[in-house]
Amino acid sequence: MALKIVKGSIDRMFDKNLQDLVRGIRNHKEDEAKYISTCIDEIKQELKQDNIAVKANAVCKLTYLQMLGYDVSWAAFNIVEVMSSSKFTYKRIGYLAASQCFHESTDVIMLTTNQIRKDLSSPNQYDTGVALTGLSCFVTPDLARDLANDIMTLMSHTKPYIRKKAVLIMYKVFLKYPESLRPAFPRLKEKLEDPDPGVQSAAVNVICELARRNPKNYLSLAPLFFKLMTSSTNNWVLIKIIKLFGALTPLEPRLGKKLIEPLTNLIHSTSAMSLLYECVNTVIAVLISLSSGMPNHSASIQVSFSRHAHTFSLKYLGLLAMSKILKTHPKSVQSHKDLILQCLDDKDESIRLRALDLLYGMVSKKNLMEIVKKLMLHVDKAEGTTYRDELLTKIIDICSQSNYQYISILVELTRLEGTRHGHLIASQMLDVAIRVKAIRAFAVAQMATLLDNAHLLTGNTQRNGICEVLYAAAWICGEFSEHLEEPMATLEAMLRPKVATLPGHIQAVYVQNAAKLFATVLRGQEGAPADSTVAQETSQLLIDRLPLFVQSSNLEVQERASCILQLVKYIQKLQQKDVEVAEEVTALFAGELNPVAPKAQKKVPVPEGLDLDVWINEPPSGSESEDEGRKSKGKAVFAKDESRHTKPRYTEVDEKELAKRREVRKAEQANNPFYIKASPSSQKVYQDGVGVEHIPVVQIDLSVPLKVPGMPMSDQYVKLEEERRERNKADKKKKKDKKKREKGEKGRRRRGDSGPESEEDITPAHMVDIVTEEMPESRDNHIRSDPDL
Amino acid sequence: MQFMLLFSRQGKLRLQKWYVPLSDKEKKKITRELVQTVLARKPKMCSFLEWRDLKVVYKRYASLYFCCAIENQDNELITLEIIHRYVELLDKYFGSVCELDIIFNFEKAYFILDEFLLGGEAQDTSKKNVLKAIEQADLLQECRREPPLTVCFLSAQLTTEKPL
Repeated sequence: MALKIVKGSIDRMFDKNLQDLVRGIRNHKEDEAKYISTCIDEIKQELKQDNIAVKANAVCKLTYLQMLGYDVSWAAFNIVEVMSSSKFTYKRIGYLAASQCFHESTDVIMLTTNQIRKDLSSPNQYDTGVALTGLSCFVTPDLARDLANDIMTLMSHTKPYIRKKAVLIMYKVFLKYPESLRPAFPRLKEKLEDPDPGVQSAAVNVICELARRNPKNYLSLAPLFFKLMTSSTNNWVLIKIIKLFGALTPLEPRLGKKLIEPLTNLIHSTSAMSLLYECVNTVIAVLISLSSGMPNHSASIQVSFSRHAHTFSLKYLGLLAMSKILKTHPKSVQSHKDLILQCLDDKDESIRLRALDLLYGMVSKKNLMEIVKKLMLHVDKAEGTTYRDELLTKIIDICSQSNYQYISILVELTRLEGTRHGHLIASQMLDVAIRVKAIRAFAVAQMATLLDNAHLLTGNTQRNGICEVLYAAAWICGEFSEHLEEPMATLEAMLRPKVATLPGHIQAVYVQNAAKLFATVLRGQEGAPADSTVAQETSQLLIDRLPLFVQSSNLEVQERASCILQLVKYIQKLQQKDVEVAEEVTALFAGELNPVAPKAQKKVPVPEGLDLDVWINEPPSGSESEDEGRKSKGKAVFAKDESRHTKPRYTEVDEKELAKRREVRKAEQANNPFYIKASPSSQKVYQDGVGVEHIPVVQIDLSVPLKVPGMPMSDQYVKLEEERRERNKADKKKKKDKKKREKGEKGRRRRGDSGPESEEDITPAHMVDIVTEEMPESRDNHIRSDPDL
Repeated sequence: MQFMLLFSRQGKLRLQKWYVPLSDKEKKKITRELVQTVLARKPKMCSFLEWRDLKVVYKRYASLYFCCAIENQDNELITLEIIHRYVELLDKYFGSVCELDIIFNFEKAYFILDEFLLGGEAQDTSKKNVLKAIEQADLLQECRREPPLTVCFLSAQLTTEKPL
């Protein structure tokens, strides 16, 4: 037996204690997971031993591993064992592990009840303390029910250390087991007047938190708290009390009135920022509930606050407070407009966003222009697209209240590059031009200049880019061409060859509106006698320029261009015969287009004798389509034709879709600096995959489409995508080892921009960083020497 | 307070204390997201941010980020004070604390935190009291410590532990 013990202790000498474990993990950065799994095996061995010291050591190590993210719930029973040790050291370790790992669904929690009860009645106050602390983290409703009484008796313990902890833990107990509140409440009230300040503040804390959840029951305590507030000098306690009052005032308006006086005193006298902030918040709450003006008060608060706003955090809080005041007392905030505008210049984006929100709320007729001007300046300077886009949407929102200046602002906005809101701007322009007749002339003039300068914008052919604005410009010019001063010039601008570089839908609009303009031009020119040659020149111009569009790859453009080309040729022939065609041409485009509300269709009355719900044909049944085919020849023919038409179209659309998708993806990948290009092997496979896709599916000529041919192909595509992604992941893991060489910049860049990456990318990125950037750890690296303090 | 996290600039977690019951998976998810969000902030930015439906208060001391999540009605500035008080406590205890101290003595860091905060609220606002309590608990550990396991003291192993 002695030999066994000797052997045992020699083994124990080689046990790793916590420090060794930590050191080991730090030394094994490459194969951390492997090292840790060997450690876990060792820990399992240690836990099988009888020696409580060994077990405690193991549990300690387990706690560390749990913090790193490994699951240690299998050791729950061992943790309870260690908790029940009589030695304080081990007990402490056990409770710590329990507070980290245990939660409601841990089964062994029931076993702890008795142990905790024993500890709570232990003569050693530290045992009790540690039990209370640990319990607060994993208290469950059952535990709360069983131990509530014990804790309540502890509230009257002789030692303030215990009383303090007991009071605080009662809050957690109440949360889990609300019935314990009633018997405990009188004791809690007593603690408010406890001689020990720690216990007192603990009691204040608990009651404050309780009152926040259910203010009604605690109104009776208000006078007591009032006394405390005026007598206490401890800022922490004061803050809690003031917060409590903030929760109570909505119910008791008289309380609010009484509070204003001492609160404003505090505000003016205190130097503690946190206290000031709390007071301000409460005063705001009081003012809101009072809803009688006290504008001078709030103004004074503002001034004092903004004076102190030299750090970013305070500025932010100040802005928050102001936005709260804004809801009820907008006028008092107006006077601080300049301050807020200043905040817009701040480097911190969250502050800028808050200021922007505030400004939006503060906008009125008078300061509209000023604010908008300032915002425009900002848009020029602003970096970072999210902020810019926010600005843009805000400007548009603000301006939609006043139309005249709107157009010029919109035009200015189009001069900016790199926003995603071309579409928005375009729709706004169209909206305004259609609805507000008065500014149509102005709008048209602006649009004409825009078209002239279109070459500035053709560079940006992104989807939602600024060129969308040209869409709007062309349409407005065409539709309201009677306001144009120089329709010829605009017509020429629309037909320049460079237009062909614009996206398809814009080109189509151009062509269509060129036709409208042509009509106007004709009308203008034919009015003047003798100059039919000019009219013919116009037609010639169109005939010269339109073929370019006829050859476009976009179907829509092609169609429109060829239509109009034929029309113009016909008109030219008529002109050569000196026939006045202007009237008829304009008749093509007569009639004003009014905006249609989206629900207008519903309002159209259904004509008599039309029942929209009756089947026009016999309803087809899904599986019996073959029978159907046999039944009525006409229908079979119809179905056959349809299938023949749909099949080619599906394949065609699909190919186009695929090509488009592929291109979009490639563009994305090219732009994404973090995309690891697939290794040549996977690329080849992918190419093969593309090859597979392109093998034409043999069309079986059935009278009925069995399956929509498009679907399987897109399924295949999706599967291929997934396979490719998985291959990429595997490649990434291989590359991670290789990329350890390429540390430094790549790692730093990756860390800096971890936002947009997907979840799967995070863990490798971080691991690379650990390899690359070892902190320069030395004892000289004091945490305290931080300049921000 | 709902929870407190300490992590290094590389995103390694040094300490986590949860005052609300959550499952392990949720804790991991929250930790990961929050670490990412805070690390992405620039140095001159404001110490408060809104995240999910909580307010997050963080402060960077040397290479460690101290991050606390509080409820919407809580006072952010007081949370900053709490963080600072905790750092002061650590400093007093370890004597010019640095991150290595917290790494190697992480259980002591937890004990100190447990003495200062209970259930998310500050137990004692006096630094002296908290430190005194910690020292006394340490003393208790010291004098009750088991004699080292060497072959010479085998006999001590065989006897039962002395009652408290």
